[in-house]
Amino acid sequence: MNPLDRYERLVDDAGAFRDACDRRLPSVVRVNELRVTPERTRRALDEEGVSYEPVGWNDRLLRLPDGSPGTTWPYVHGWLHGQEEVSALPALALDPDPGDRVWDACAAPGSKTCHLADLMDDSGVLIGNDNNLGRLSALRHNAERLGVSNLVVTNEDARNFSLDSLGVDALDGAVADVPCSCEGTCRKNPDVLENWSLGHVESLVGIQKGILRRAIELTRPGGEVVYSTCTFAPEENEAVVDHAIETTDAEMAEWDAPLETAPGVTEWEDEQFDESLKKAHRVYPHQNDTGGFFVAKLRVGGADAGDDATEEVGA
Amino acid sequence: MTESDLGQNDGQRFDRLPATPADREVEGRASREEVVDWWQERFGVGPETFESVTFWEKGSGKIWAFSADLPSPVRAEGLGITVLRTRQEHWKPTTTGVKRFAREATKNVIELEPGEAAAFAAGHDQQLDRWDGDWGYLIAAHELAGEREPIGVGLYLHGELRSRVPKGYQEELAVLD
Repeated sequence: MNPLDRYERLVDDAGAFRDACDRRLPSVVRVNELRVTPERTRRALDEEGVSYEPVGWNDRLLRLPDGSPGTTWPYVHGWLHGQEEVSALPALALDPDPGDRVWDACAAPGSKTCHLADLMDDSGVLIGNDNNLGRLSALRHNAERLGVSNLVVTNEDARNFSLDSLGVDALDGAVADVPCSCEGTCRKNPDVLENWSLGHVESLVGIQKGILRRAIELTRPGGEVVYSTCTFAPEENEAVVDHAIETTDAEMAEWDAPLETAPGVTEWEDEQFDESLKKAHRVYPHQNDTGGFFVAKLRVGGADAGDDATEEVGA
Repeated sequence: MTESDLGQNDGQRFDRLPATPADREVEGRASREEVVDWWQERFGVGPETFESVTFWEKGSGKIWAFSADLPSPVRAEGLGITVLRTRQEHWKPTTTGVKRFAREATKNVIELEPGEAAAFAAGHDQQLDRWDGDWGYLIAAHELAGEREPIGVGLYLHGELRSRVPKGYQEELAVLD
């Protein structure tokens, strides 16, 4: 079966959804503001005769209609990093401050990690972890290329990650961009649809719950955790977050997404999820001509405090 | 692990550099003071550039810069970025270190013309007799979008600029008009 069939009833326009999933994804780059302004980047691309189009919802992102940026001066200088538009969402949702202590649980190959470093102004402690040693070299390479120098790279199972050996007592924030069935990447890798199985989805859920739980445990009260995937499957999205808010002291937090999204679902097949899951964001490919994505922002230990009070603690 | 193991260089472990040569416990290890002075002397990069940076050694003579601090030693796969090799008599800056910390360098920067810049980025050595400054490691830079931008580290000897851009970073790029 094509897993996309499962989601037609969740979207507003099933035809537009399926059409978008069949289209090739545009090549997109993020401007690395650790090194350069968007204005100077655009000027350099103009000088080199590289065409680009702005991305309406974020002036740090540029679409390159002619494809890969790899052999241009701005890219070689670490001014640009190729990444999907939607992969900018986790760092924007966490919105870390300079000086924060932040953990990226599944960091390789590093697009989201380096974006976090950019928002932290390359200060504070950013821990980029991945359990796959082979993929860590890509993370290190990207961080060096982009001039990210506040990053500690670790190679642990995120579910059992410990801050003790680093001498860090708690995190201000964490991103759990977990391994998933990746249906949302079908526009660049159609194989994900052919290889899809419900068994695979079910095998991922335990890992996803374990990583999100660990991110919440390591984050200080008032701190924030962003959970994200590139799948449409509610089993891997709302169900995982619902389990976390039921079994930990974290709760869903409001976040105004900068692009068109649909709210998280509160029921799927015979399961019901907490009403607050509506605060999560689903990104369907036809909404903004992007890949598919899911992002939820949680606040740790804030159950008794009002949003404003918790925000003060977190500031 | 014995006391002597703790003090030695270990490829799995990052040790913070001692503040000054007088604080040195591992023979031959560079000190923070020497590293900061070296960037000042070689490239005119002021000590304020490294105010919130800590320096670490992983393996003999490989110095990493980390824009934060943690208790030493740190066991990790990476800690900040590599900035300097201190094993040889002449210390060698890394391309990543120069691009991150020496953008405002005032000394030993060789500005390349468009054709030279493209050759340098591709990893080619070239004859450049016009340079009358120091021999040794230079920062090769070019103008892009109205300002100077460092490309990487070159080694200047006998009228020749040898590109030290690592293989993984070498690219065939456009010669800008």
